[in-house]
Amino acid sequence: MLRVDVTKQLGEFTLQASFTSEGRVTGLFGASGAGKTSLINMIAGLLRPDRGSIIVDGETLDDTAARVHIPAHRRRIGYVFQDARLFPHLDVRQNLDYGRRMNRLANDPAQHARVTDLLDIGRLLDRRPGQLSGGERQRVALGRALLSKPRLLLLDEPLGSLDESRKVEILPYLVRLRDEANVPMVYVSHDAAEMRQLATQIVMLRHGQVTAFGGVKVMSAPVSPA
Amino acid sequence: MFDISPTEWTAIALSLRVATVATLIATPFGIAVAWLLARRDFRGRSVVDALIHLPLVLPPVVTGYLLLLTFGRRGLVGAWLADHLGIVFAFRWTGAALACGVMSFPLLVRPIRLSIEAVDRRLEQAADTLGAAPWRVFLTITLPLALPGVLAGMVLGFAKAIGEFGATITFVSNIPGETQTISSAIYSLIQTPDGDTAALRLVVISIVIAMSALIASEWFARRATKRLHGN
Repeated sequence: MLRVDVTKQLGEFTLQASFTSEGRVTGLFGASGAGKTSLINMIAGLLRPDRGSIIVDGETLDDTAARVHIPAHRRRIGYVFQDARLFPHLDVRQNLDYGRRMNRLANDPAQHARVTDLLDIGRLLDRRPGQLSGGERQRVALGRALLSKPRLLLLDEPLGSLDESRKVEILPYLVRLRDEANVPMVYVSHDAAEMRQLATQIVMLRHGQVTAFGGVKVMSAPVSPA
Repeated sequence: MFDISPTEWTAIALSLRVATVATLIATPFGIAVAWLLARRDFRGRSVVDALIHLPLVLPPVVTGYLLLLTFGRRGLVGAWLADHLGIVFAFRWTGAALACGVMSFPLLVRPIRLSIEAVDRRLEQAADTLGAAPWRVFLTITLPLALPGVLAGMVLGFAKAIGEFGATITFVSNIPGETQTISSAIYSLIQTPDGDTAALRLVVISIVIAMSALIASEWFARRATKRLHGN
């Protein structure tokens, strides 16, 4: 369960969001500039709220009143960025292994095989990020986040930097991830079609405010995100 | 012409030893300072920055004299080190290494700092979300990606240390076999009648060392850059 109630001032922009989600995939939906990325950066611990709290599965990660702020590296929250951010000096195998090493988790070949099969990246293991296509890079980034065994996975427009044909290539992997990986996700996008395919609950953001919350049907409400 | 005398060999070996030790000891400090200047915003940052660049703009004889006052046998730090740890700098090759380390420090730090600044902070954030504590982010992401700059800084610092003269001769004098480096040997030779040929030999040798250092740094940098771009 994810419970967010935060306020953050970013220059002229005020982000004020409050919602509770139990969905397998919580969709953060809104136009660019609505505050989606700032919001998940706060959930990840990369950005600190001015006021409020963030609670994941009953554990308080942020609570400004109690002066609690768990740093990102101790949150066990995976993050797939729009721009993949693979480490260029490591090959795919080392990228995938990074989270396990940093969290001092035991080697788990079965899990490794499951994830590489799920994402179809087994034949890329010896390549460097510079030798991958955009879609392959994004799949490796997904695998890297999953293999750090997160309790929550954040995806910030993972298809955003891909062209249409690549999106169609990746989307099925995300659906499989939702159905098979058993990790709750927060999925950020401004694309209504992606949201309908993936999200089980929607948080609609507009100019830094939550304007609607509920099942996928809230997107057909007259409030347009644009 | 190419008949290198034992005294000259001694000076060459000493220069290489002094410059190597100076560079190896200065590098960890250089990396720490470069990281502080590149990644941390703290009070007195510009003072630290200025202090490091001081040896570059001060007359070397001033730096040497300050070293003598501080690290000499009766100097504040020098007396303590000699009494408690048995480390003596004055008129020893170790002092030459200290002088070279201080003089080459600004050249060592600069490329390292620039290359740390060039490391994409978004990669450091990604490592953070994967569970890496800040010092591990530094060791596994920032430092390897800044490696070309570290190597360039080391080579540049080494080349500067080989050529250092003013601060060294002021601090530890010009004792053959102990503190007489290539530079101070050349200085002695050109003041000696008939020393020209020997001086010229050492000049050629110092040019060869400097050129090799620069070529090596280029080679390292090219290899490391290739690594960085993931090919």
